[in-house]
Amino acid sequence: MTIKGKAYIAGVYEHPTRKADDKSLAQLHAEVAHGALADAGLTKADVDGYFCSGDAPGLGGLSMADYMGLELRHIDTTETGGSSYVVHVGHAAQAIAAGKCDVALITLAGRPRAEGMATGTAPRNYGAAAPDVAFEFPFGPTVVNQYAMAAMRHMHQFGTTSAQLAWIKVAASRHAQHNPHALLREVVTVEDVVSSPMVADPLHRLDCCVITDGGGAIVVTRPEIARSLKRPRVRVLGAGEAVKHQAGGKIDLTYTGAVWSGPAAFAEAAVRPADVKYVSIYDSFTITVLITLEDLGFCDKGQGGKFVADGNLISGVGRLPFNTDGGGLCNNHPANRGGLTKVVEAVRQLRGEAHPAVQVKHCDIALAHGTGGSLATRHGSATLIMERES
Amino acid sequence: MSGSGRSIPAPPVSPETKPFWDAAAAGRLLLKRCEACREPHYYPRAICPFCGSDRTTWLEASGGGAIYSYSVFRRAPVPYAIACVTLDEGPTMMTNIVDADLDALRIGQRVRVRFTPTDGGPPVPTFAPA
Repeated sequence: MTIKGKAYIAGVYEHPTRKADDKSLAQLHAEVAHGALADAGLTKADVDGYFCSGDAPGLGGLSMADYMGLELRHIDTTETGGSSYVVHVGHAAQAIAAGKCDVALITLAGRPRAEGMATGTAPRNYGAAAPDVAFEFPFGPTVVNQYAMAAMRHMHQFGTTSAQLAWIKVAASRHAQHNPHALLREVVTVEDVVSSPMVADPLHRLDCCVITDGGGAIVVTRPEIARSLKRPRVRVLGAGEAVKHQAGGKIDLTYTGAVWSGPAAFAEAAVRPADVKYVSIYDSFTITVLITLEDLGFCDKGQGGKFVADGNLISGVGRLPFNTDGGGLCNNHPANRGGLTKVVEAVRQLRGEAHPAVQVKHCDIALAHGTGGSLATRHGSATLIMERES
Repeated sequence: MSGSGRSIPAPPVSPETKPFWDAAAAGRLLLKRCEACREPHYYPRAICPFCGSDRTTWLEASGGGAIYSYSVFRRAPVPYAIACVTLDEGPTMMTNIVDADLDALRIGQRVRVRFTPTDGGPPVPTFAPA
């Protein structure tokens, strides 16, 4: 069974806040839920499927269904870190195709800034029962120094440079200047990036994404309901998901799970990378984008540095416009989980509702990709391909 | 020289991994090898991650290896090098490079295991230039 054409993204919402001192976590989830439902032209009473992940408080889906007063016949709390919400769209399409729900609501929210969280620079301990913790946590693995090891290896093996990585941040900043909600709206240069303080060799401060509060939500529904609504229709063409881990010690940091999730999504969608007009690529760090673009087939393995250089990711300038909201590098990385906002900006592009300065012309096919966890140890990859239905 | 002086948290020890940590306390680095498929693996598990057999046995590593990748964390109060080291037996493991000039590390560099004390637990396997 395929999900192609069986489900539509009817509503999306990105919370405008970037620092939520005055709101609770559950409140943020509910605000984004109602935002996406209003965008779709639906109400809470229409929702019969709910999807959330580890950022939801308490018992996750149970606590949030209780708080929001949802009446559900389908629930899915798949946890693959920041890629969860891209996985959720695929799972929602599957559930809709199987008749398990009609209107699926996906929410994400968090307040790491208000809580003063050292998101990328403090080692995270997932508890003594995690089988890996004894063999990793003592060595001080942070998010940034683990992604940095992938960058270091890529540079060693393929000759990738810091200046090439910097172009990814430059492109994001060129887009973010047009987003009034973006945390960082200042346009930066390659020189700005490579001269910013080194955090973990070879990643500089400006190679790293922002820390923000807020969240977002997505509403997925069946074709009959989508056609009854007033919004431009965005059809789900294909989805792929994968988990990459350490393979018992056969570690290779030069690729991500996108080498599996990408081909699965392209096959289901029956499109090729060359057909894609816009991409939202998870940008926890510049290196995440570079490796993912290679893995998805937008360029050959090892050629990512050349591909992203000289503005190739800048809308209106390069061949493959990416993250036109400013992405996680400049705009927003709510709850330290960037997958949901990747889908939101892709839907804006397909609807023709991106900022005019960054709107891609004739944007009929878009791709959103999430990466959750760590490139160095274990992560979830999710690829989603969508089409504007004319 | 740097890489020491950072306080290292104690690894939690489980019944499954106690022999590994007892050996570490005695200055020996252990891997697991599967008697069914003969593959060595790391971190050590009771059940082979390759073939699923429960016939896994402890194997003492030679202690030699090479840096697969690394990163010096400059933001830390005491900068330290996290690394993936590929052991001569095959598996690659997360570790720290210690007793080294952190500005002179390179991928492919030969390293040798040593054991670094932790806060109230068994020592952990770290590596220094060979």
